[in-house]
Amino acid sequence: MEFTVDFTKEQIEAIEEVLQQELIDLGVQSVILMDLAGNVIVNLDSGESDHDVFSLAALAAGNYGAVSAMANIIGEQEFSLLFHKGEEESIHFSKVADDLLLLTIFNKNVSLGFLRLKVAEGIKRIQKVI
Amino acid sequence: MALINPKKREVQVKIVYYGPGRGGKTTNLEYINRKFKKRILNEMVTVKTYGDRTLFFDFLPFDIGEIKGHSIKIQLYTVPGQVKYNATRRLVLRGVDGIVFVADSMDLRREMNIRSLQNLKENLESFNKNISTIPLVMQYNKRDLADEGIPILSVESMEKDLNSRLKAPYFSASAIRGDNVAATMKKIIALTVSSLRKKLE
Repeated sequence: MEFTVDFTKEQIEAIEEVLQQELIDLGVQSVILMDLAGNVIVNLDSGESDHDVFSLAALAAGNYGAVSAMANIIGEQEFSLLFHKGEEESIHFSKVADDLLLLTIFNKNVSLGFLRLKVAEGIKRIQKVI
Repeated sequence: MALINPKKREVQVKIVYYGPGRGGKTTNLEYINRKFKKRILNEMVTVKTYGDRTLFFDFLPFDIGEIKGHSIKIQLYTVPGQVKYNATRRLVLRGVDGIVFVADSMDLRREMNIRSLQNLKENLESFNKNISTIPLVMQYNKRDLADEGIPILSVESMEKDLNSRLKAPYFSASAIRGDNVAATMKKIIALTVSSLRKKLE
C-alpha cells in the first residue's frame, strides 16, 4: 500500500490547537503526532523538555509495528493500550487513524487515567479535522 | 513518500540502506555520523542485539539546508540484513523515498547479495513501489578486503549480477575506511531530492 499523509497548513494549525488545549494545557510535557513511517507531523511541548523528537518518532514507529505484529501472533487485531512507565516520565501511544500515531510524554503530575481521557477527546477532535 | 509540512516549510526524506547481513550498512552510517558530526544535531540511534548485529534499525537524522524554500531533513535508516528479520525490514521500508543497496564484495557473498536484492524488490512491491523507479544507488562495499588477500568479486560481475537491468548509479566502496561512503550518500540524496522537486513547486 502507498503511504501518503499530506496535511494543509490549516489542518496542521487546527491539530496544533487541539493538542495544545487538550494535552499541553493539562500539563503534558510533549506531544508528537507522527505517521507510521516515523515522520513527525506535529510536535508541541510545554517548553520544559528538550527531547530528540525525530529519533523518538523513528523508534516509536518501529515499536508500534513490532507490538502490532505481536498482537497478531496471539490473535489480537491490536493492543489498545500502549504505555511505557518511567520513574519520572512516561510515554503513551495512541492510534489516531490508520497511519497516524499520537505520542504523549508526561510526568508524574499527570494521572494516566485523566491523560487517557484527554487523549481520547483530542483524537476525536483531530479525526474531524483530517 | 516524504512528508511535507507546509506550515514549517519542512520536508522529511527517508533513505534506507538495504542489503545482506554483515554487508556494512551500519558501518556506512557510523562513518557518516563521525564525518559529518558538526551537521548532525542528534545522536545516532541504534537498536542492536547480542553480538553487535542490527536487530531493528539504525537511525541518523540531519539537515541539508533549503531547497525551494523548504528545509530538508534527511533521515537515514538501515535495515537488519539477516534473512530472518524480514518483518522488521518491511517496517523500516514503510514510507521510503530512496534506497542505497549495500552489496558485499566478498566472493562468498555473491548469492546473498542476489537474494537480498530480490527480497528488496518483493518488499517494495508490498508497498506498491517499484525497484526500477524508486531512487536507488548501488554500493559495492568491502573493496578493501582485496588488500588482505581475501577473494572478492569484480565490479563487472557485481554489476552483471545486480545492476544489469536496474542500471542504478554505483560506487565501489570501503565503508570501514570511508572510501566513497560520502559519495554514495550524496548521490542518493541528490536523486531522492530531485524526485521530490516537482512536489515542492
